[in-house]
Amino acid sequence: MKKIEAIIRTSKFSEVQTALREAGIDFFTYADVTGVGNEINKGEHTYRGTIYDTSYIPRQLLTIVVRDINVQKTVDAVLKAAQTGVVGDGKIFVSTIDDSYRIRNGEKGDTSLYNKED
Amino acid sequence: MKKYLVLILLMLVTATATSYIYAEKAPDPIGATTGTSSDVTAATAGKPTLDEVAAQAGHNKIAINMVWVLVTGFIVMFMQFGFAAVEGGMTRAKNASHTFAMNFLIYPLGMIGFFICGFAFMFGGVGALGTLGGYDGLNQEFTINIAGHAFGLIGTKGFFLNGVYDVSVFALFLFQMVFMDTTATIPTGSMAERWKYSSFFIYGILVGSIIYPIYGNWVWGGGWLSQLGNMFGLGHGHVDFAGSSVVHLTGGVLAFVGAKILGPRLGKYNKDGSANAIPGHNIPLAILGAFVLAFCWFSFNAGSSLAGGDFRISIAAVNTMIASATGALASTLYMWFFKTKKPDPTMMINGLLAGLVAITAPCAFVTVGSAALIGLISGILVIEAAFFVELKLKIDDPVGAVAVHGVNGAFGCIALGLFADGTYGDGLNGIKGGVTGLFYGDGGQLAAQLIGVASNIIYVSIIGWVVFKLIDLAVGNRVSAEDELRGLDIPEMGVEAYSGVKMDKNSETPLSR
Repeated sequence: MKKIEAIIRTSKFSEVQTALREAGIDFFTYADVTGVGNEINKGEHTYRGTIYDTSYIPRQLLTIVVRDINVQKTVDAVLKAAQTGVVGDGKIFVSTIDDSYRIRNGEKGDTSLYNKED
Repeated sequence: MKKYLVLILLMLVTATATSYIYAEKAPDPIGATTGTSSDVTAATAGKPTLDEVAAQAGHNKIAINMVWVLVTGFIVMFMQFGFAAVEGGMTRAKNASHTFAMNFLIYPLGMIGFFICGFAFMFGGVGALGTLGGYDGLNQEFTINIAGHAFGLIGTKGFFLNGVYDVSVFALFLFQMVFMDTTATIPTGSMAERWKYSSFFIYGILVGSIIYPIYGNWVWGGGWLSQLGNMFGLGHGHVDFAGSSVVHLTGGVLAFVGAKILGPRLGKYNKDGSANAIPGHNIPLAILGAFVLAFCWFSFNAGSSLAGGDFRISIAAVNTMIASATGALASTLYMWFFKTKKPDPTMMINGLLAGLVAITAPCAFVTVGSAALIGLISGILVIEAAFFVELKLKIDDPVGAVAVHGVNGAFGCIALGLFADGTYGDGLNGIKGGVTGLFYGDGGQLAAQLIGVASNIIYVSIIGWVVFKLIDLAVGNRVSAEDELRGLDIPEMGVEAYSGVKMDKNSETPLSR
């Protein structure tokens, strides 16, 4: 059981979501996150004659917990869909999860991560 | 079936009743016979004598002026909305309650100050109100004699409107009150986001009761600047049709002094002196506010004739709109092609307002071509002035109030001294002939304009500095750094502008480098 955290461009969110669904990954959590980094000031922001950078970078953080057999195809789906080749495409982190429970019925372990009908 | 009968009966009754009511006079759907000799007040109805007709004509003439003064005054009051929207939109979300609350409360605060003594100081010695019926009860001006000339300094009649229980005085009070509040609300823009509300509160009373009325007396209340023509032969004296100097320059100088004393907002300047952008939180609101101001400015300028029967109001109104257009376009194109390569919405707003401020003094005295040129110059001037104030003087003016109202207020008065074409203003300030600028042959008028501008800057900056310093001793001018970073809404006002809306307050204040 692994947790995959992907920080992606906000403009790539729906593409990544579609790619994950095609790979059979239907459940994930996401959030709007803000980071700082060495984004180049492209002069896009101007206000009252001052060209400025916003000094923060908006991205989306996807948190996906999957069974071990699904790790590679999840990572591949995000890599493929979120890539533009330009600096700032984001990162993917994979870490181990000790255990999981489904709150509805107390189911434990791998089976709590997917619906039985599948 | 029964209810239909009742309904038909009811219709019959109504129709009969209506025909009875109008039986004696035929309805007049196009207005051709409404308003006839029978409407003239006369001893014998329908047969007025010549004297009665003359009395009615005089009454009607003043009635047109009275309605004009009151209705334009009502509309000028709505400029408070425009200022609130422009200033609120161009400042940050975390201070929006505070910024709007200043723009709101300045209206009653300034009004009470003007009611207590401001009106008396400004108009206590103005003399007969020509366009409003000629009442001459406002006749006490304090003067000092220098070299055989009487310099009127301040009016001394009409405190609390006492002793001037007269319809024309009340109309004048309403109209001049809303003009004063326009001045009063200008510094709330340049001092926004860091001004302690208690300090602002005291300022609000003082600007309406003392700061604004004294200079106003010198120009509009019969004081010494208006008499420069009589005393020294300088044109018509200092002429300011609708208030480039009286209203806008006064507000602009106060805005400058206040912002200088408060110091810049945290994060505005880096250690090397370069400026950071602190974007306003609602550009659409600022644009709506600018539209409201542009609309109300027709009343501001054309209404300043104080006479609906003075047909020059159409010239004043058209000059106003043309100057606002050239001002807005000039500032937009200047930013777009020569500065940041973007049209920059807030500079568009500043450009439009700059054109309006600059044409305020000369609107009734110049040709429409001159108005277009004045607007064009003001649109460039406002941007260069805003950059100069921000980058050279290091004075943080979040909305550009100093550049818009101060610099262009002064420019507008000087423009009158240059471009006035001599066709209008016969009898103004007791001088025969039209007001004539330098380009049309009268350098004296320009001299009077320059004296008016210089005395405004000297007087307002001194009294403004004294007032702000005294308030600082009493309650302090500036909020704590902690409150400023958090946003003033909770610590100063108690309620957030956008309660329940998540904001990134850290990103709203740039990091000083």
